[in-house]
Amino acid sequence: MIRLSAIDQQLLGFFARFQAFFFLAWQAFVRIFHKPYYYRDFAIQFDKLGFSSLFICVLTGLFTGMVMALQALIQLKPFAATSYVGGMVAVTMIKELGPVLAALMVAGRVGSAITAELGTMVVTEQVDAMRVEGTDIIQRLVTPRLKAMLVALPLLTIITDAISMLGGYLIASGYGISPIMYLSTFTQFMVPLDYLEGVTKPLVFAFLITMISCQTGLNTGGGAEGVGAAAKRAVVLSSVLVLMCDFFIAKIFVVFR
Amino acid sequence: MNQVTEEQSIRMEKVCYTVGGRTILSDFDMELERGVNRTILGVSGSGKTTILKLILGLIHPQSGRVFINGLEITNRAEAEYREQRKKIAIVFQGGALFDSMTVGENVGYRLFEEGRLSQAEIEEIVQEKLRFVGVEPALDLYPAELSGGMKKRVAIARALAADPEYIFFDEPTTGLDPIGVYNIVSLMNRLQEAGKTTLMVTHDLPTAFATSQRFSLIHESRLAFEGTEAELRDCPLPNVQEFLQPTDKSLFV
Ligand SMILES: Nc1ncnc2c1ncn2[C@@H]1O[C@H](COP(=O)(O)OP(=O)(O)O)[C@@H](O)[C@H]1O
Ligand SMILES: [Mg+2]
Repeated sequence: MIRLSAIDQQLLGFFARFQAFFFLAWQAFVRIFHKPYYYRDFAIQFDKLGFSSLFICVLTGLFTGMVMALQALIQLKPFAATSYVGGMVAVTMIKELGPVLAALMVAGRVGSAITAELGTMVVTEQVDAMRVEGTDIIQRLVTPRLKAMLVALPLLTIITDAISMLGGYLIASGYGISPIMYLSTFTQFMVPLDYLEGVTKPLVFAFLITMISCQTGLNTGGGAEGVGAAAKRAVVLSSVLVLMCDFFIAKIFVVFR
Repeated sequence: MNQVTEEQSIRMEKVCYTVGGRTILSDFDMELERGVNRTILGVSGSGKTTILKLILGLIHPQSGRVFINGLEITNRAEAEYREQRKKIAIVFQGGALFDSMTVGENVGYRLFEEGRLSQAEIEEIVQEKLRFVGVEPALDLYPAELSGGMKKRVAIARALAADPEYIFFDEPTTGLDPIGVYNIVSLMNRLQEAGKTTLMVTHDLPTAFATSQRFSLIHESRLAFEGTEAELRDCPLPNVQEFLQPTDKSLFV
Protein backbone atom coordinates (compact mmCIF):
# COMPACT_ATOMS: atom_id res chain seq x y z
CA MET A 1 0.00 0.00 0.00
CA ILE A 2 1.08 3.55 -0.70
CA ARG A 3 1.85 5.54 2.43
CA LEU A 4 0.43 9.00 2.35
CA SER A 5 2.26 11.94 3.81
CA ALA A 6 0.58 13.98 6.53
CA ILE A 7 -0.25 16.79 4.12
CA ASP A 8 -1.78 14.43 1.59
CA GLN A 9 -3.93 12.96 4.30
CA GLN A 10 -5.06 16.40 5.42
CA LEU A 11 -5.94 17.27 1.83
CA LEU A 12 -7.79 14.01 1.33
CA GLY A 13 -9.68 14.60 4.56
CA PHE A 14 -10.57 18.11 3.42
CA PHE A 15 -11.84 16.97 0.04
CA ALA A 16 -13.76 14.11 1.63
CA ARG A 17 -15.56 16.58 3.90
CA PHE A 18 -16.09 18.96 0.99
CA GLN A 19 -17.64 16.16 -1.02
CA ALA A 20 -19.76 15.02 1.92
CA PHE A 21 -21.00 18.60 2.31
CA PHE A 22 -22.14 18.89 -1.29
CA PHE A 23 -23.66 15.44 -1.17
CA LEU A 24 -25.71 16.32 1.91
CA ALA A 25 -26.66 19.70 0.46
CA TRP A 26 -27.88 18.11 -2.76
CA GLN A 27 -29.79 15.38 -0.91
CA ALA A 28 -31.47 17.92 1.36
CA PHE A 29 -32.37 20.16 -1.60
CA VAL A 30 -33.89 17.35 -3.65
CA ARG A 31 -36.01 16.27 -0.68
CA ILE A 32 -37.69 19.69 -0.53
CA PHE A 33 -39.92 18.42 -3.34
CA HIS A 34 -40.42 14.89 -1.98
CA LYS A 35 -43.01 13.45 0.40
CA PRO A 36 -43.38 13.28 3.36
CA TYR A 37 -43.22 17.04 3.86
CA TYR A 38 -43.24 17.04 7.68
CA TYR A 39 -45.30 20.24 7.86
CA ARG A 40 -45.27 20.16 11.65
CA ASP A 41 -41.47 20.07 11.81
CA PHE A 42 -41.33 22.88 9.27
CA ALA A 43 -43.69 24.99 11.37
CA ILE A 44 -41.75 24.31 14.57
CA GLN A 45 -38.47 25.16 12.89
CA PHE A 46 -39.84 28.29 11.23
CA ASP A 47 -41.09 29.45 14.60
CA LYS A 48 -37.74 28.71 16.27
CA LEU A 49 -35.53 30.11 13.50
CA GLY A 50 -37.54 33.14 12.50
CA PHE A 51 -38.92 34.52 15.70
CA SER A 52 -35.88 33.90 17.83
CA SER A 53 -33.88 36.21 15.57
CA LEU A 54 -36.51 38.84 14.89
CA PHE A 55 -35.66 41.09 17.81
CA ILE A 56 -31.89 41.07 17.27
CA CYS A 57 -32.40 41.78 13.57
CA VAL A 58 -34.63 44.74 14.38
CA LEU A 59 -32.03 46.18 16.76
CA THR A 60 -29.19 45.54 14.30
CA GLY A 61 -31.14 47.19 11.48
CA LEU A 62 -32.13 50.22 13.52
CA PHE A 63 -28.67 51.09 14.75
CA THR A 64 -26.88 50.26 11.53
CA GLY A 65 -29.30 52.44 9.58
CA MET A 66 -28.78 55.27 12.04
CA VAL A 67 -25.00 55.11 11.92
CA MET A 68 -24.94 54.81 8.13
CA ALA A 69 -27.07 57.95 7.82
CA LEU A 70 -24.91 59.79 10.33
CA GLN A 71 -21.66 58.99 8.53
CA ALA A 72 -23.15 59.71 5.11
CA LEU A 73 -24.46 63.08 6.24
CA ILE A 74 -21.03 64.12 7.53
CA GLN A 75 -19.46 63.23 4.17
CA LEU A 76 -22.21 64.84 2.09
CA LYS A 77 -22.52 68.09 4.00
CA PRO A 78 -19.44 69.91 2.56
CA PHE A 79 -20.83 69.23 -0.95
CA ALA A 80 -24.31 70.48 0.02
CA ALA A 81 -25.57 67.04 -1.03
CA THR A 82 -27.24 65.91 2.20
CA SER A 83 -30.44 65.20 0.25
CA TYR A 84 -28.80 62.09 -1.18
CA VAL A 85 -28.59 60.43 2.24
CA GLY A 86 -31.67 58.24 1.68
CA GLY A 87 -30.26 56.70 -1.45
CA MET A 88 -26.90 56.05 0.13
CA VAL A 89 -28.40 54.31 3.12
CA ALA A 90 -30.65 52.27 0.84
CA VAL A 91 -27.81 51.14 -1.40
CA THR A 92 -25.54 50.02 1.41
CA MET A 93 -28.28 48.41 3.46
CA ILE A 94 -30.32 46.61 0.80
CA LYS A 95 -27.40 45.36 -1.23
CA GLU A 96 -24.82 44.68 1.46
CA LEU A 97 -25.34 45.26 5.12
CA GLY A 98 -28.94 44.05 5.44
CA PRO A 99 -28.29 40.57 4.02
CA VAL A 100 -24.86 40.18 5.64
CA LEU A 101 -25.80 41.41 9.11
CA ALA A 102 -29.04 39.42 9.23
CA ALA A 103 -27.13 36.32 8.08
CA LEU A 104 -24.40 36.80 10.71
CA MET A 105 -26.99 37.26 13.46
CA VAL A 106 -28.86 34.16 12.34
CA ALA A 107 -25.63 32.14 12.01
CA GLY A 108 -24.75 32.96 15.58
CA ARG A 109 -28.21 32.54 17.02
CA VAL A 110 -29.76 29.79 14.94
CA GLY A 111 -26.84 28.03 13.25
CA SER A 112 -25.26 27.15 16.58
CA ALA A 113 -28.64 25.99 17.91
CA ILE A 114 -29.16 23.68 14.93
CA THR A 115 -25.69 22.19 15.34
CA ALA A 116 -26.11 21.70 19.08
CA GLU A 117 -29.54 20.15 18.68
CA LEU A 118 -28.49 17.69 15.98
CA GLY A 119 -25.17 17.02 17.74
CA THR A 120 -26.99 16.09 20.94
CA MET A 121 -29.24 13.77 18.98
CA VAL A 122 -26.16 12.10 17.49
CA VAL A 123 -24.24 11.56 20.73
CA THR A 124 -27.32 10.25 22.55
CA GLU A 125 -27.94 7.83 19.66
CA GLN A 126 -31.31 9.40 18.80
CA VAL A 127 -30.26 9.77 15.18
CA ASP A 128 -29.32 6.07 15.03
CA ALA A 129 -32.65 5.22 16.65
CA MET A 130 -34.50 7.23 13.99
CA ARG A 131 -32.63 5.49 11.20
CA VAL A 132 -33.47 2.10 12.68
CA GLU A 133 -37.12 3.11 12.84
CA GLY A 134 -36.92 3.54 9.08
CA THR A 135 -36.81 7.33 8.90
CA ASP A 136 -34.82 9.11 6.22
CA ILE A 137 -32.95 11.45 8.55
CA ILE A 138 -32.13 14.00 5.85
CA GLN A 139 -35.82 14.28 5.04
CA ARG A 140 -36.81 14.46 8.69
CA LEU A 141 -34.04 16.52 10.27
CA VAL A 142 -32.30 18.54 7.56
CA THR A 143 -34.91 19.44 4.95
CA PRO A 144 -37.48 21.01 7.32
CA ARG A 145 -34.73 23.23 8.74
CA LEU A 146 -33.55 24.14 5.25
CA LYS A 147 -37.05 25.06 4.12
CA ALA A 148 -37.71 27.09 7.25
CA MET A 149 -34.45 28.99 6.85
CA LEU A 150 -35.00 29.62 3.12
CA VAL A 151 -38.26 31.36 4.01
CA ALA A 152 -37.20 33.00 7.27
CA LEU A 153 -33.86 34.57 6.34
CA PRO A 154 -35.10 36.57 3.31
CA LEU A 155 -38.00 37.81 5.46
CA LEU A 156 -35.67 38.78 8.29
CA THR A 157 -33.42 40.53 5.78
CA ILE A 158 -36.33 42.55 4.38
CA ILE A 159 -37.32 43.51 7.93
CA THR A 160 -33.74 44.49 8.75
CA ASP A 161 -33.60 46.60 5.56
CA ALA A 162 -36.89 48.32 6.32
CA ILE A 163 -36.02 49.10 9.93
CA SER A 164 -32.62 50.46 8.89
CA MET A 165 -34.30 52.85 6.42
CA LEU A 166 -36.42 54.03 9.28
CA GLY A 167 -33.35 54.42 11.51
CA GLY A 168 -31.62 56.35 8.74
CA TYR A 169 -34.60 58.66 8.43
CA LEU A 170 -34.63 59.35 12.19
CA ILE A 171 -31.14 60.79 11.84
CA ALA A 172 -31.75 62.48 8.49
CA SER A 173 -34.83 64.31 9.78
CA GLY A 174 -32.55 66.03 12.28
CA TYR A 175 -30.76 67.54 9.28
CA GLY A 176 -34.01 68.90 7.87
CA ILE A 177 -34.61 66.24 5.27
CA SER A 178 -38.25 65.56 4.45
CA PRO A 179 -39.63 62.03 4.00
CA ILE A 180 -40.34 62.71 0.31
CA MET A 181 -36.76 63.83 -0.28
CA TYR A 182 -35.44 60.85 1.66
CA LEU A 183 -37.44 58.35 -0.40
CA SER A 184 -37.11 60.04 -3.79
CA THR A 185 -33.36 59.47 -3.94
CA PHE A 186 -33.87 55.66 -3.79
CA THR A 187 -34.68 55.51 -7.49
CA GLN A 188 -31.62 57.56 -8.37
CA PHE A 189 -29.30 55.13 -6.61
CA MET A 190 -31.04 51.78 -7.04
CA VAL A 191 -31.86 49.78 -10.17
CA PRO A 192 -34.26 46.78 -10.09
CA LEU A 193 -31.31 44.40 -10.22
CA ASP A 194 -30.14 45.75 -6.86
CA TYR A 195 -33.37 44.63 -5.20
CA LEU A 196 -32.87 41.21 -6.76
CA GLU A 197 -29.36 41.13 -5.33
CA GLY A 198 -30.85 42.02 -1.95
CA VAL A 199 -33.03 38.90 -1.90
CA THR A 200 -30.68 36.52 -3.71
CA LYS A 201 -28.06 36.93 -1.03
CA PRO A 202 -30.22 35.86 1.92
CA LEU A 203 -31.37 32.81 -0.05
CA VAL A 204 -27.77 31.72 -0.65
CA PHE A 205 -26.77 32.54 2.94
CA ALA A 206 -29.75 30.60 4.32
CA PHE A 207 -28.65 27.57 2.35
CA LEU A 208 -25.03 27.91 3.50
CA ILE A 209 -25.81 28.42 7.18
CA THR A 210 -28.32 25.57 7.39
CA MET A 211 -26.20 23.08 5.50
CA ILE A 212 -23.01 23.85 7.43
CA SER A 213 -24.86 23.68 10.74
CA CYS A 214 -26.60 20.42 9.87
CA GLN A 215 -23.48 18.81 8.41
CA THR A 216 -21.42 19.75 11.47
CA GLY A 217 -24.16 18.63 13.85
CA LEU A 218 -24.70 15.27 12.18
CA ASN A 219 -20.96 14.56 12.29
CA THR A 220 -20.52 15.37 15.95
CA GLY A 221 -18.47 12.93 17.98
CA GLY A 222 -17.01 12.85 21.46
CA GLY A 223 -19.96 13.24 23.80
CA ALA A 224 -21.33 16.44 25.31
CA GLU A 225 -18.02 18.29 24.93
CA GLY A 226 -18.03 17.45 21.24
CA VAL A 227 -21.40 19.18 20.89
CA GLY A 228 -20.10 22.50 22.21
CA ALA A 229 -17.02 22.36 20.02
CA ALA A 230 -19.14 21.50 16.97
CA ALA A 231 -21.49 24.44 17.57
CA LYS A 232 -18.57 26.84 17.76
CA ARG A 233 -17.02 25.42 14.60
CA ALA A 234 -20.28 25.72 12.68
CA VAL A 235 -20.75 29.39 13.61
CA VAL A 236 -17.21 30.36 12.66
CA LEU A 237 -17.30 28.48 9.38
CA SER A 238 -20.71 29.78 8.31
CA SER A 239 -19.85 33.38 9.25
CA VAL A 240 -16.65 33.33 7.22
CA LEU A 241 -18.35 31.69 4.27
CA VAL A 242 -21.20 34.22 4.36
CA LEU A 243 -18.69 37.06 4.02
CA MET A 244 -16.76 35.32 1.26
CA CYS A 245 -19.87 34.42 -0.73
CA ASP A 246 -21.13 37.97 -0.30
CA PHE A 247 -18.19 39.18 -2.36
CA PHE A 248 -18.66 36.62 -5.10
CA ILE A 249 -22.39 37.24 -5.42
CA ALA A 250 -21.73 40.99 -5.57
CA LYS A 251 -19.15 40.36 -8.28
CA ILE A 252 -21.61 38.35 -10.35
CA PHE A 253 -24.25 41.09 -10.09
CA VAL A 254 -21.71 43.74 -11.10
CA VAL A 255 -21.14 41.81 -14.33
CA PHE A 256 -24.85 41.95 -15.18
CA ARG A 257 -25.43 45.51 -14.12
CA MET B 1 -33.76 -6.79 -2.51
CA ASN B 2 -36.59 -9.16 -3.34
CA GLN B 3 -34.42 -12.21 -2.84
CA VAL B 4 -36.68 -14.91 -1.36
CA THR B 5 -35.12 -16.91 1.43
CA GLU B 6 -36.00 -19.38 4.13
CA GLU B 7 -33.08 -18.37 6.29
CA GLN B 8 -34.12 -17.27 9.78
CA SER B 9 -30.98 -15.84 11.27
CA ILE B 10 -28.63 -12.91 11.49
CA ARG B 11 -25.08 -13.65 10.46
CA MET B 12 -21.73 -11.86 10.52
CA GLU B 13 -18.92 -13.41 8.50
CA LYS B 14 -15.29 -12.37 8.92
CA VAL B 15 -16.25 -8.80 9.68
CA CYS B 16 -13.41 -6.28 9.99
CA TYR B 17 -14.06 -2.74 11.16
CA THR B 18 -11.51 0.04 11.52
CA VAL B 19 -12.13 3.62 12.55
CA GLY B 20 -9.56 6.41 12.72
CA GLY B 21 -6.72 3.94 12.13
CA ARG B 22 -7.84 1.76 15.06
CA THR B 23 -9.01 -1.79 14.51
CA ILE B 24 -12.19 -2.35 16.50
CA LEU B 25 -13.10 -5.75 15.04
CA SER B 26 -11.12 -8.25 13.04
CA ASP B 27 -12.50 -11.41 11.42
CA PHE B 28 -15.50 -11.41 13.69
CA ASP B 29 -18.05 -14.20 13.17
CA MET B 30 -21.43 -14.42 14.83
CA GLU B 31 -24.75 -16.11 14.20
CA LEU B 32 -28.06 -15.31 15.84
CA GLU B 33 -30.62 -18.01 15.02
CA ARG B 34 -34.35 -17.43 15.54
CA GLY B 35 -35.22 -18.67 19.01
CA VAL B 36 -31.66 -19.01 20.28
CA ASN B 37 -30.92 -15.97 22.42
CA ARG B 38 -27.36 -14.79 22.50
CA THR B 39 -25.21 -12.49 24.58
CA ILE B 40 -22.00 -10.95 23.35
CA LEU B 41 -19.68 -10.37 26.28
CA GLY B 42 -16.80 -7.96 26.40
CA VAL B 43 -15.24 -5.28 28.56
CA SER B 44 -16.03 -1.57 28.04
CA GLY B 45 -14.70 -0.25 24.76
CA SER B 46 -14.22 -3.69 23.26
CA GLY B 47 -16.57 -2.93 20.35
CA LYS B 48 -19.88 -4.38 21.53
CA THR B 49 -22.01 -1.41 20.46
CA THR B 50 -20.08 -1.36 17.19
CA ILE B 51 -21.22 -4.94 16.48
CA LEU B 52 -24.89 -3.98 16.88
CA LYS B 53 -24.47 -0.94 14.63
CA LEU B 54 -22.76 -3.07 11.98
CA ILE B 55 -25.67 -5.52 11.93
CA LEU B 56 -28.15 -2.66 11.66
CA GLY B 57 -26.22 -1.20 8.76
CA LEU B 58 -25.72 2.10 10.60
CA ILE B 59 -22.00 1.70 9.88
CA HIS B 60 -20.32 -0.47 7.27
CA PRO B 61 -17.42 -2.90 7.71
CA GLN B 62 -14.23 -2.55 5.69
CA SER B 63 -14.50 -6.24 4.84
CA GLY B 64 -16.66 -9.21 5.69
CA ARG B 65 -20.39 -9.71 5.25
CA VAL B 66 -23.56 -9.19 7.29
CA PHE B 67 -26.82 -10.97 6.55
CA ILE B 68 -30.32 -10.36 7.92
CA ASN B 69 -32.55 -13.38 7.21
CA GLY B 70 -30.39 -14.23 4.21
CA LEU B 71 -30.21 -10.73 2.69
CA GLU B 72 -26.70 -9.35 2.55
CA ILE B 73 -26.79 -5.75 3.71
CA THR B 74 -23.09 -5.04 3.43
CA ASN B 75 -22.31 -2.44 0.77
CA ARG B 76 -25.94 -1.82 -0.08
CA ALA B 77 -27.54 1.60 0.16
CA GLU B 78 -29.60 2.16 3.30
CA ALA B 79 -32.81 2.42 1.29
CA GLU B 80 -32.31 -1.13 -0.01
CA TYR B 81 -32.28 -2.80 3.38
CA ARG B 82 -34.61 -0.49 5.29
CA GLU B 83 -37.48 -2.97 4.92
CA GLN B 84 -35.41 -5.99 5.97
CA ARG B 85 -34.05 -4.08 8.95
CA LYS B 86 -37.58 -3.55 10.28
CA LYS B 87 -37.36 -7.15 11.51
CA ILE B 88 -34.90 -5.85 14.09
CA ALA B 89 -35.48 -3.40 16.90
CA ILE B 90 -32.85 -2.08 19.27
CA VAL B 91 -32.87 -0.76 22.80
CA PHE B 92 -29.93 1.63 22.93
CA GLN B 93 -27.79 1.96 26.02
CA GLY B 94 -29.24 5.27 27.23
CA GLY B 95 -32.64 4.53 25.71
CA ALA B 96 -32.13 7.07 22.89
CA LEU B 97 -35.68 8.36 23.36
CA PHE B 98 -36.53 11.34 21.14
CA ASP B 99 -36.50 14.14 23.65
CA SER B 100 -38.71 16.47 21.63
CA MET B 101 -41.56 13.95 21.81
CA THR B 102 -43.70 12.54 24.62
CA VAL B 103 -43.43 8.94 25.75
CA GLY B 104 -46.55 8.10 23.75
CA GLU B 105 -45.17 9.71 20.58
CA ASN B 106 -41.88 7.88 21.10
CA VAL B 107 -43.53 4.50 21.39
CA GLY B 108 -45.82 5.12 18.44
CA TYR B 109 -43.07 6.75 16.36
CA ARG B 110 -42.77 4.12 13.66
CA LEU B 111 -46.51 3.60 13.40
CA PHE B 112 -47.09 7.35 13.02
CA GLU B 113 -44.32 7.50 10.40
CA GLU B 114 -45.72 4.61 8.40
CA GLY B 115 -49.18 6.17 8.52
CA ARG B 116 -51.01 2.90 7.83
CA LEU B 117 -53.05 2.90 11.04
CA SER B 118 -55.51 5.45 12.37
CA GLN B 119 -54.71 7.65 15.33
CA ALA B 120 -57.01 5.60 17.58
CA GLU B 121 -55.46 2.29 16.53
CA ILE B 122 -51.96 3.59 17.19
CA GLU B 123 -52.96 4.89 20.62
CA GLU B 124 -54.38 1.47 21.41
CA ILE B 125 -51.08 -0.24 20.53
CA VAL B 126 -49.04 2.36 22.43
CA GLN B 127 -51.14 1.80 25.57
CA GLU B 128 -50.74 -1.95 25.24
CA LYS B 129 -46.94 -1.78 24.89
CA LEU B 130 -46.61 0.62 27.80
CA ARG B 131 -48.75 -1.69 29.92
CA PHE B 132 -46.49 -4.60 28.96
CA VAL B 133 -43.38 -2.81 30.26
CA GLY B 134 -45.28 -1.35 33.21
CA VAL B 135 -44.95 2.40 32.63
CA GLU B 136 -48.46 3.22 31.44
CA PRO B 137 -48.84 6.35 33.62
CA ALA B 138 -45.89 7.95 31.80
CA LEU B 139 -47.80 8.27 28.52
CA ASP B 140 -47.79 12.08 28.33
CA LEU B 141 -44.46 12.75 30.02
CA TYR B 142 -41.31 13.84 28.19
CA PRO B 143 -38.15 11.67 28.39
CA ALA B 144 -36.41 14.30 30.53
CA GLU B 145 -39.00 13.64 33.24
CA LEU B 146 -38.24 9.89 33.49
CA SER B 147 -35.76 7.94 35.62
CA GLY B 148 -33.04 5.83 33.97
CA GLY B 149 -34.93 2.58 34.49
CA MET B 150 -38.16 4.03 33.12
CA LYS B 151 -36.34 5.35 30.04
CA LYS B 152 -35.07 1.86 29.32
CA ARG B 153 -38.53 0.38 29.70
CA VAL B 154 -40.04 3.01 27.41
CA ALA B 155 -37.26 2.23 24.94
CA ILE B 156 -38.28 -1.43 25.12
CA ALA B 157 -41.90 -0.46 24.52
CA ARG B 158 -40.82 1.54 21.47
CA ALA B 159 -38.83 -1.42 20.20
CA LEU B 160 -41.91 -3.65 20.58
CA ALA B 161 -44.32 -1.32 18.81
CA ALA B 162 -43.06 -2.39 15.41
CA ASP B 163 -43.49 -6.10 16.23
CA PRO B 164 -39.91 -7.13 15.39
CA GLU B 165 -38.50 -10.67 15.16
CA TYR B 166 -35.21 -9.75 16.79
CA ILE B 167 -34.55 -7.33 19.62
CA PHE B 168 -31.07 -6.02 20.39
CA PHE B 169 -30.16 -4.80 23.86
CA ASP B 170 -27.12 -2.60 24.40
CA GLU B 171 -26.05 -3.00 28.05
CA PRO B 172 -29.66 -2.94 29.31
CA THR B 173 -28.72 -3.40 32.96
CA THR B 174 -25.73 -1.07 33.19
CA GLY B 175 -26.38 1.68 35.74
CA LEU B 176 -29.56 0.12 37.20
CA ASP B 177 -30.18 -0.89 40.82
CA PRO B 178 -30.89 -4.59 41.59
CA ILE B 179 -34.65 -4.14 41.24
CA GLY B 180 -34.19 -2.38 37.93
CA VAL B 181 -31.97 -5.24 36.75
CA TYR B 182 -34.56 -7.79 37.85
CA ASN B 183 -37.29 -5.91 35.96
CA ILE B 184 -35.27 -5.85 32.76
CA VAL B 185 -34.32 -9.52 32.98
CA SER B 186 -37.91 -10.62 33.55
CA LEU B 187 -39.07 -8.39 30.69
CA MET B 188 -36.52 -10.02 28.42
CA ASN B 189 -37.67 -13.47 29.48
CA ARG B 190 -41.30 -12.56 28.77
CA LEU B 191 -40.31 -11.30 25.32
CA GLN B 192 -38.53 -14.56 24.62
CA GLU B 193 -41.63 -16.51 25.66
CA ALA B 194 -43.58 -14.34 23.24
CA GLY B 195 -41.34 -15.56 20.42
CA LYS B 196 -38.82 -12.72 20.12
CA THR B 197 -35.15 -13.53 19.71
CA THR B 198 -32.84 -11.36 21.79
CA LEU B 199 -29.24 -10.36 21.19
CA MET B 200 -27.68 -8.60 24.14
CA VAL B 201 -24.25 -7.05 24.51
CA THR B 202 -23.03 -6.55 28.06
CA HIS B 203 -20.31 -7.22 30.60
CA ASP B 204 -22.89 -8.24 33.20
CA LEU B 205 -22.52 -12.05 33.52
CA PRO B 206 -25.54 -12.86 35.77
CA THR B 207 -27.89 -11.05 33.38
CA ALA B 208 -26.28 -12.81 30.44
CA PHE B 209 -26.77 -16.26 32.00
CA ALA B 210 -30.35 -15.41 32.97
CA THR B 211 -31.37 -14.43 29.45
CA SER B 212 -29.29 -16.33 26.91
CA GLN B 213 -28.49 -19.78 25.63
CA ARG B 214 -25.37 -18.96 23.66
CA PHE B 215 -22.48 -16.64 24.35
CA SER B 216 -19.73 -14.92 22.38
CA LEU B 217 -16.79 -13.29 24.08
CA ILE B 218 -14.91 -10.54 22.34
CA HIS B 219 -11.35 -9.88 23.42
CA GLU B 220 -8.93 -7.46 21.78
CA SER B 221 -11.09 -7.08 18.66
CA ARG B 222 -11.35 -10.84 18.10
CA LEU B 223 -13.82 -13.57 18.92
CA ALA B 224 -12.24 -15.33 21.90
CA PHE B 225 -15.03 -17.79 22.62
CA GLU B 226 -18.37 -19.02 21.27
CA GLY B 227 -20.62 -21.57 22.96
CA THR B 228 -23.02 -22.42 25.77
CA GLU B 229 -22.86 -21.43 29.44
CA ALA B 230 -21.30 -24.78 30.47
CA GLU B 231 -18.71 -24.53 27.70
CA LEU B 232 -17.94 -20.96 28.72
CA ARG B 233 -17.35 -21.92 32.35
CA ASP B 234 -15.16 -24.89 31.35
CA CYS B 235 -13.18 -23.04 28.74
CA PRO B 236 -9.51 -23.22 29.64
CA LEU B 237 -8.41 -20.20 27.60
CA PRO B 238 -6.77 -17.60 29.85
CA ASN B 239 -8.65 -14.69 28.19
CA VAL B 240 -11.96 -16.34 28.99
CA GLN B 241 -11.05 -17.18 32.57
CA GLU B 242 -9.79 -13.65 33.07
CA PHE B 243 -13.21 -12.33 32.01
CA LEU B 244 -15.12 -14.76 34.26
CA GLN B 245 -12.93 -14.16 37.33
CA PRO B 246 -11.20 -10.87 36.79
CA THR B 247 -8.12 -10.32 38.88
CA ASP B 248 -7.84 -6.82 37.48
CA LYS B 249 -11.12 -5.16 38.48
CA SER B 250 -10.31 -2.01 36.55
CA LEU B 251 -11.49 -3.79 33.40
CA PHE B 252 -15.06 -3.25 34.55
CA VAL B 253 -14.95 0.45 35.13
N1 LIG C 1 -16.84 6.92 15.43
C1 LIG C 1 -15.80 6.53 16.19
N2 LIG C 1 -14.61 7.19 16.11
C2 LIG C 1 -13.57 6.80 16.86
N3 LIG C 1 -13.57 5.78 17.71
C3 LIG C 1 -14.70 5.08 17.84
C4 LIG C 1 -15.88 5.41 17.10
N4 LIG C 1 -16.84 4.54 17.43
C5 LIG C 1 -16.31 3.72 18.33
N5 LIG C 1 -15.02 4.03 18.58
C6 LIG C 1 -14.12 3.34 19.50
O1 LIG C 1 -14.31 1.96 19.32
C7 LIG C 1 -14.23 1.29 20.55
C8 LIG C 1 -15.40 0.38 20.73
O2 LIG C 1 -16.55 1.15 20.88
P1 LIG C 1 -17.92 0.53 21.34
O3 LIG C 1 -18.39 -0.44 20.31
O4 LIG C 1 -18.83 1.66 21.64
O5 LIG C 1 -17.51 -0.23 22.67
P2 LIG C 1 -18.42 -0.89 23.78
O6 LIG C 1 -19.82 -0.74 23.35
O7 LIG C 1 -17.96 -2.31 23.84
O8 LIG C 1 -18.12 -0.18 25.06
C9 LIG C 1 -14.13 2.34 21.63
O9 LIG C 1 -12.83 2.34 22.15
C10 LIG C 1 -14.45 3.63 20.94
O10 LIG C 1 -13.62 4.66 21.45
MG1 LIG D 1 -21.33 0.35 24.19
